Amino acid sequence: MPRTGPETVIYDVAVIGAGVVGTAIARTLARYELGCALIDASPDVGTGTSKANTAILHTGFDAKPGSLESRLLARGSVLLRDYAAAAGIPVERTGALLVAWTAGQLAALPGIAQNARKNGYLAVRELGAAALYEREPRLGPGALGALEIPDESVICPWTTPLAFAAEAAGAGARLLLDTKVTGAEHADGPCVLATTRGPVRSRWVVNAAGLGSDVVDRMFGGDGFTIRPRRGELIVFDKFARRLLRSILLPVPAARTKGVLVAPTVYGNVLLGPTAEDVGDRGDVATTAAGLGSLLGAGRRILPELAAEEVTATYAGLRAATEHSDYQIHVDAGRRYACAAGIRSTGLSASLGIAEHVVCGLAEAGLPLRPRAVPPAIPVMPYIGEAGPRPYRDAERIAADPAYGEIACHCERVTRGEIRDALAGPLPPTDLDGLRRRTRALNGRCQGFYCAATVSRLFAEFRGPRHGG
Amino acid sequence: MEVDVLVVGAGPAGLSAAAELRRLGAGRVLVADREAAPGGVPRHSWHTGYGLRDLRRIMTGPAYARALAAAAAAAGARIRPGTTVTGWELGESGAGGAPGPRLALTMTSACGAETVHAAAVLLATGCRERPRAARLVPGDRPAGVMTTGELQQRVYLNGERLAGRALVVGAEHVSFSAMTTLAHAGADVVALVTSSARQQSYAAFRLAAAARWRVPVWTSTAVRRIDARADGAGRGGPGARARLAGVQVADCRTGAARFVQCDWVVFTGDWIPDHELARAAGLDIDPGTRGPAIDAALATSAPGVFAAGNLVHAAETADVAALSGRHAARSIAAALRAARRSAGAGEGAVPDADASAAAGGGPEPGVRIPVRAEPPLLWISPNVIRPAARETLPPRGRFVLRAGEFRRLARLEVRQDGRLLARSRPVRLIPARPVHLGAGWLPRVDPSGGPVSVFAP
Repeated sequence: MPRTGPETVIYDVAVIGAGVVGTAIARTLARYELGCALIDASPDVGTGTSKANTAILHTGFDAKPGSLESRLLARGSVLLRDYAAAAGIPVERTGALLVAWTAGQLAALPGIAQNARKNGYLAVRELGAAALYEREPRLGPGALGALEIPDESVICPWTTPLAFAAEAAGAGARLLLDTKVTGAEHADGPCVLATTRGPVRSRWVVNAAGLGSDVVDRMFGGDGFTIRPRRGELIVFDKFARRLLRSILLPVPAARTKGVLVAPTVYGNVLLGPTAEDVGDRGDVATTAAGLGSLLGAGRRILPELAAEEVTATYAGLRAATEHSDYQIHVDAGRRYACAAGIRSTGLSASLGIAEHVVCGLAEAGLPLRPRAVPPAIPVMPYIGEAGPRPYRDAERIAADPAYGEIACHCERVTRGEIRDALAGPLPPTDLDGLRRRTRALNGRCQGFYCAATVSRLFAEFRGPRHGG
Repeated sequence: MEVDVLVVGAGPAGLSAAAELRRLGAGRVLVADREAAPGGVPRHSWHTGYGLRDLRRIMTGPAYARALAAAAAAAGARIRPGTTVTGWELGESGAGGAPGPRLALTMTSACGAETVHAAAVLLATGCRERPRAARLVPGDRPAGVMTTGELQQRVYLNGERLAGRALVVGAEHVSFSAMTTLAHAGADVVALVTSSARQQSYAAFRLAAAARWRVPVWTSTAVRRIDARADGAGRGGPGARARLAGVQVADCRTGAARFVQCDWVVFTGDWIPDHELARAAGLDIDPGTRGPAIDAALATSAPGVFAAGNLVHAAETADVAALSGRHAARSIAAALRAARRSAGAGEGAVPDADASAAAGGGPEPGVRIPVRAEPPLLWISPNVIRPAARETLPPRGRFVLRAGEFRRLARLEVRQDGRLLARSRPVRLIPARPVHLGAGWLPRVDPSGGPVSVFAP
């Protein structure tokens, strides 16, 4: 919970940024006897790049061999797969097909397969056109072949940082939300972070500030990188589109990005995107007519039947790209400062690998790591995926608690019981968007036509009078 | 649970159907509705004008909703609000994804998750407005952007006040309804905007809007972008969702754009049927209405499954939906009677709208000829002809259509394989307003011919 009084304690480590990378670092630190703070300018965890991305759990098959990203992605994706299974984070191993539409792209596939093997990913396999269309019969005409990456998966990007933060908080980490870091003073003693809620003292500081990480890095004397936000617009299609594909359909990568993909989501929708556009404004997550138009054009070519289905949502996210191609991760032992930045578009998949790497770096720089006698338990999160059991179908659960039979959000079948639980949980949402990310309420095809009034009323009711109703 | 007829949706169509089914002796009739109270959209539509065609009197939406629910209950139908029909349990004989002869559906309510078995099912799940995202309106995603359905529930069910300036997107009947709701809630309505060259409601509504609330209708005006406030969070910083700053609109003819400051934007009209259960059952979907394809008896492509109301014509007024429900009830009652007769004769209890027609040795009962609305017509309902039941007339004895363009005097032509079946008297086409077509041409349809098309040349 955000606190209002002045901070008098001295933390061992303060992590700036409660996105998926910051929460993963906090969660990893929480396994040791350390007093940690997790600071974010936003009132909730995972509200920046972490909430608006393609929601894919990458294997890292297409990373640059030998890069830090390649190593941490390979490690992180394995760790996250296991963690998700334990924490109830929705994951579906759909596999991916990297589809070649031109002779040039087809010729590039063996090189991409070779690259995957260099990254330690050996399960790639080339498919001819016939085998490809057998796998994906609704694919648009003209595909020449594909590379199959069987372990690419889709994951819930919202539950992941919430689980990390809940684990860290459960182990005693302090969540300082709605708290923007405005400066840092390094005297002989602990670092004093100036924040919008007063000073925060900490012996070590980790910068996981995503789109703001270069600003924070400059507070610690860094000048090695500048964030160049790259906007990605995405379109979410109605659940009726889910039957159109089995795997993630990837394009053969172009120079700048992975290009436009079509992917299932763990909520049972289909995602089309992203665009890639450099923007100057670090808050500009607006969609554009040109961006949405180009995505629809690409979607029609890849999966023509998509065009007949309704669009449920459109959104844009900002990748925290820098002028460098690789992650910007370093530890400054002198300043007792670690920076985990420039994590363009693979932060979700690599998060636990990045966290492990950063914590090792801190240890090498002198942070004493004593494992807790009883390691913190991995929290079991409310399951909001479509592949597993949901409360509304669970007769026993409804019999024990009728609130799980009262569907409040009809499109997503979110019950009154789940909304109540989210607000009673360890990290309650502070607004309706937070509730969306915890329950899927309001995320469906009606976008609130039927349910917004009811869900708002339940949110206010379960939040209680201390928040002004 | 075992019933004779399961009605899904307790709006005007479902409630009217339930009452009529009971009157016709259809047996156990259960109406399931996922909302907390029966009545459908009229529950939260406080303006008057409801009940004209079906109840022959005029009342407000909530009074109409109560009257229909009371009539269905008095007739002996069981109404279960707070109950969501979540899907179909496909029987072994449900070939091609269609439900089997004894229909089984799953339901969830506070009472539990259960299965209900029915001899016949009426889908009366209504329609909703396309939200901003489905209309692909770009820009930021601030709070304060909604549909009329959300607006009405916030204002009339939650009692919320909406201060500030509001813009209504659309200029059809429901748009004027949204305007009055906003005014009641305390908002200052700036304008109604439509990309059409003219508004699409009654002239009286527009004149009343101009005179009473001084709200203009901006025609040939498109909404180009939604802007969030830069000072708040969400845009220009992380955190809670930003508030709406305003909307960029553009003149469709000149392209000239301008910014309209407002605190609320309500997207109205642009209806889409709530066809989730219809599609889950694998029913044939009409490409025009996007609801289940239905014949004049309102029978869908699956035996025993019927559809009525705004699921099959999104959106007609509530009284028209109610009459559609009554019509479906008569078809269902007849199908159940026929099924009982054939069950008595030792056959399976498959209720089928043309079980009786088939017995007479006419055209093949399974033949369904599609009826298509050709541009500028958008859809026609009903949209299937069954030669085996050509004597069955559609609800109110006529077809209803929608046009996508204004036409002062259009003569609709009905053709099959190029052959002219009928030409209507001149009709006026106004987008979002009903156009009607008589059914006298039905006997002229060739049972072995191709699809029937309706043109507005």
